[in-house]
Amino acid sequence: MSDRILLAHGGGGRLSEELIATEILPRFAFGGKQGLPDGVTLNVSESQLVVSTDSFVVNPLFFPGASIGHLAVHGTVNDVSVSGAKVAYLTLALILEEGLPMDTLREILDDIKKASVQCGVEIVCGDTKVVGKGQCDGAFINTTGIGFKYPEFDLSTAHVKEGDVVIVNGTLGDHGMAVMAFRNSMPFQNSPKSDSAAVNELVDQLRPFNNQIKFMRDPTRGGVASVLNEIVSAQGFGIELDEEALPFDKRSRAMSEILGLDLLHSACEGRLLLICSAEIADEVLSLWRDSEVGSGSEIIGKVCGEKDAGRVTLKTTIGGRRIVDMPHGELLPRIC
Amino acid sequence: MELTDSNNDLRYMEGFREGKASQALASQLEELGVKLEENQKVVRVMEVCGSHTMAIHRYGIRSLLPDNLKLISGPGCPVCVTDHGFIDTAIELCRRGVIIATFGDLIRVPGSEGSLAQLKGEGGRVEVCYSPLDALALAEKEAQSEVVFLGIGFETTMAPIISLVKRAKEEKLSNLSVLTAFKLVPPALKVLVEDPEVAIDGFLCPAHVSAIIGSDAYSPIVDQYSMPCVVAGFEPLDILLGLKELTEQCCDSKPQLTNQYARVVSNEGNLIAQELIKKYLKVSDESWRGIGVIPESGMVLSDEFAYYDASKRFSLPIPEGKVIPGCRCGEVLKGQLSPPDCPLFGKGCSPESPVGPCMVSSEGSCAAYYRYSRFS
Ligand code: SF4
Repeated sequence: MSDRILLAHGGGGRLSEELIATEILPRFAFGGKQGLPDGVTLNVSESQLVVSTDSFVVNPLFFPGASIGHLAVHGTVNDVSVSGAKVAYLTLALILEEGLPMDTLREILDDIKKASVQCGVEIVCGDTKVVGKGQCDGAFINTTGIGFKYPEFDLSTAHVKEGDVVIVNGTLGDHGMAVMAFRNSMPFQNSPKSDSAAVNELVDQLRPFNNQIKFMRDPTRGGVASVLNEIVSAQGFGIELDEEALPFDKRSRAMSEILGLDLLHSACEGRLLLICSAEIADEVLSLWRDSEVGSGSEIIGKVCGEKDAGRVTLKTTIGGRRIVDMPHGELLPRIC
Repeated sequence: MELTDSNNDLRYMEGFREGKASQALASQLEELGVKLEENQKVVRVMEVCGSHTMAIHRYGIRSLLPDNLKLISGPGCPVCVTDHGFIDTAIELCRRGVIIATFGDLIRVPGSEGSLAQLKGEGGRVEVCYSPLDALALAEKEAQSEVVFLGIGFETTMAPIISLVKRAKEEKLSNLSVLTAFKLVPPALKVLVEDPEVAIDGFLCPAHVSAIIGSDAYSPIVDQYSMPCVVAGFEPLDILLGLKELTEQCCDSKPQLTNQYARVVSNEGNLIAQELIKKYLKVSDESWRGIGVIPESGMVLSDEFAYYDASKRFSLPIPEGKVIPGCRCGEVLKGQLSPPDCPLFGKGCSPESPVGPCMVSSEGSCAAYYRYSRFS
């Protein structure tokens, strides 16, 4: 391991995984929180609580389609939701840079308020700190979400079996492309827009399906490729995606082609990856497609057996087959 | 540039990734495979260009080919063939306080000791550019510092980097220069055909490079060495069509020069770019990583523009770098070794900690294998 923190340590790929496994888990993981998952289940009297925390340091604070305020709510709400819980409360901690215009702060707070009302979550406590100029990039936000576990679900990769399907609620990789285009002032008009959204409503709709719902995750940094690879890692199954079926926004698609990037590696902020039994797939699709956040839902792949254990593959449009790997290091455009 | 939500913009691309047509071509290749089998022949095609290598892996093209049609990845990834000495020189410049401006892939390429990425981590000024003209803006902004752009690449990248020099001259920017390691494709092909250890039956010639130099540039290879040369685009249908043409030529023992990419590549190439190259650059001997010095296979700024040559400005001739022990990139680049057969592949050498440049670049053959084809 490098003796300095590299950018790739925060990139959501293998180096991030290694950093967490060697530096963070041994120091902090204990008891019921073994493995520090995105959501942790705590037993509180009769009901089970799910708690999740996340920090938001996006630069710039505002970008096409969303702002740091939206992300701070959606990100944490989604982490709690995909743990199979109804999210109820949020805490909010702000770290602000000296000199940040008051209007900018107001705009961020408005976005937070709007997003939290939209997903029916209450912000119950908060904290504000100000640091000197240059010590943070405008504003950093931390939110912690608390939710009540739905009794209907028993989510675990242990329940996933060959023949199950993978469903996603919309186009892939838009957030990564939107921020990248905006941050680097790329000369595109009609740039991609972030997909930032809360998926709690979609999780709620899955309750009647009980244990037909096997597993859920929200792909963020590192994109769908990262999350799927984490899911299959050390398991007795693999996942095959169908390139024809992958939903992509045309603008993100065009941009990724120009830059030579893979949208499967690009971040999402409003997507839910669901693994469920094939029998209920059509029903899930028609339920989800009725709502705005689920209108782009598609079955994108299937679970394969022993032979493909531990790997994610892609059936390409031309009928070939290749590996879908974790992203490596930073996303870098090709040079020729 | 406007990105629209209309289907029309992607149609041009998607048409060349279409499933049915690809499968039809794949079954024709399968039939050719049977024919080869009957004649007990194996055809070994080298895809020269890194973008071809990447596309072949990305679309899983190998999984559609008959067993007796073998693809060998060639030296056509500009990052992979950049010599250690070049990286060492860039690192030395950066240590002297110069701001290095470079395309992204190059920063992780190991030199004799360390990479530019490591230097950046230690506080060195290394800026990633998306276009050579970003370096111009950087030099204007950092008027008190020297800015050196790392100008590597084949015929394709020469003209854009020349325009950087042109603009610097017009705008009298005296703090900008270019460290060059330009390489020419045809001389490398010649070295490969002449190398008795490299057994190739035909070349799948690059798309973008050919758009500049023109398909006629490969005539000498076909005429002198009876080597089939097919120019093909980077989309999967282009590649399959190119492979079919090459396999047919090999089956019939009728080597030819075929331009399958006529929608972009002309016989004579891009004359405006060629004119620029002739005016600003002159032919030189060039060191290719893993292959060594190939006479007259590179280009440097001509005497008139030598002022913008960083190697001259800082009196730092580019040395030949030390070879990294254990790295077999040289053999990989010559198509003598398939990446998974390198003892370090996946064991000590991976995209997170690359030992050789073939694992760093997004177009390197080791990286392509590692990312897309690690099926075992
Ligand atoms: S696997 Fe690594 S060490 Fe081996 S040839 Fe490829 S880049 Fe070089």
